[in-house]
Amino acid sequence: MPIIATVSVWIIPCIILVVFIVGTWKRVPTYETFVEGGKEGGKMAFSLLPFLLGMMVSIAIFRASGAMDAFVEFFSPILTLVGIPADIVPLALVRPISGTAAIGMTTELIASHGPDSFIGRLASTMQGSTDTTLYIITVYFGAVGIKRMGDALKVGLLADFIGIIASIVVVSIVFGS
Amino acid sequence: MVNIIWVLMAVIGIIYAMFFGTMDDVNEAIFQSADDAVMLSISLVSVLVFWLGLMRIAEESGLLLALTKLFRPIIAKLFPDIPRDHPAMGYILSNISANVFGLGNAATPMGIKAMEEMKKLGQSDQASRSMITFLAINTSSITLIPTTVIAIRMKYDSITPTEIVGTTIMATFISTIGAIMIDRLFFHLRSRRNS
Repeated sequence: MPIIATVSVWIIPCIILVVFIVGTWKRVPTYETFVEGGKEGGKMAFSLLPFLLGMMVSIAIFRASGAMDAFVEFFSPILTLVGIPADIVPLALVRPISGTAAIGMTTELIASHGPDSFIGRLASTMQGSTDTTLYIITVYFGAVGIKRMGDALKVGLLADFIGIIASIVVVSIVFGS
Repeated sequence: MVNIIWVLMAVIGIIYAMFFGTMDDVNEAIFQSADDAVMLSISLVSVLVFWLGLMRIAEESGLLLALTKLFRPIIAKLFPDIPRDHPAMGYILSNISANVFGLGNAATPMGIKAMEEMKKLGQSDQASRSMITFLAINTSSITLIPTTVIAIRMKYDSITPTEIVGTTIMATFISTIGAIMIDRLFFHLRSRRNS
């Protein structure tokens, strides 16, 4: 753990160091180039706002009304049938939709089952090994104005499903259930 | 499809609230989440300005190209329709590296930039083949060290908070391979339909 902690503290300053030294070496007008690139970032954040706001409001309505819980309850039996432990089903269903809700659920599972229990380890692995598909699609396609997304959402959701199954299988094998 | 999901979540939520008396919560959540979105965008400003500024120096100095050349053998196979040495490759690699090292806030700007470069290649508002592949890799998550989860585990007095690093890496590896395979499968289905 100390090594990991050290690496994560050192890595960004070291990236800056390398970029600055190489930039100066190659005679790039570093400061002006930085400002030029940064301007783009400001515009990008602003153009992202409506995409984020729209998606977050819709998710918030779904969540606050209690419909998300009902949705989880409705689909639980199906996922339990496939062999997914009942306690983990809500997390598996919510993980691709809302990052904040998923972190909340993971914390709750770790708190109630204990971090070193099977469910605790499984929730930890699942949280770390998949990402919030809806957020990624919203941000990445929104920022550059892609309107027709093709198979992106389907591919993303199927990948999440594989991640969930993989977590269960790996944790069962490594720690035993 | 996103349109449908977006509308469905709100419509189902509002109708559900009508019957189960949670309209107060819904009403509050609407404005709270709109506020949250603005806060999130503002917090993205600093990250985007910083990383895009820094990456511009890396691009102009040839550092990004050097990174691309180093990893090209692996990455070129995944993105066959991006030309060699195109800046998109460099940003895809930066995004993947940032993800691998758990630099979440650096990964987003690089990812957006990669998308932008890929859009320049395609010149349309339709998602290209490489965009979908790139998205699949990102949604399957390629983090090696899940720092947030480790922090939560430590907070709840885990004896070995980092023991899940190994299982996370294995599960991530499987899900990323799976994502790439599904992406390939859908690509072949698409090209068959079009031909």
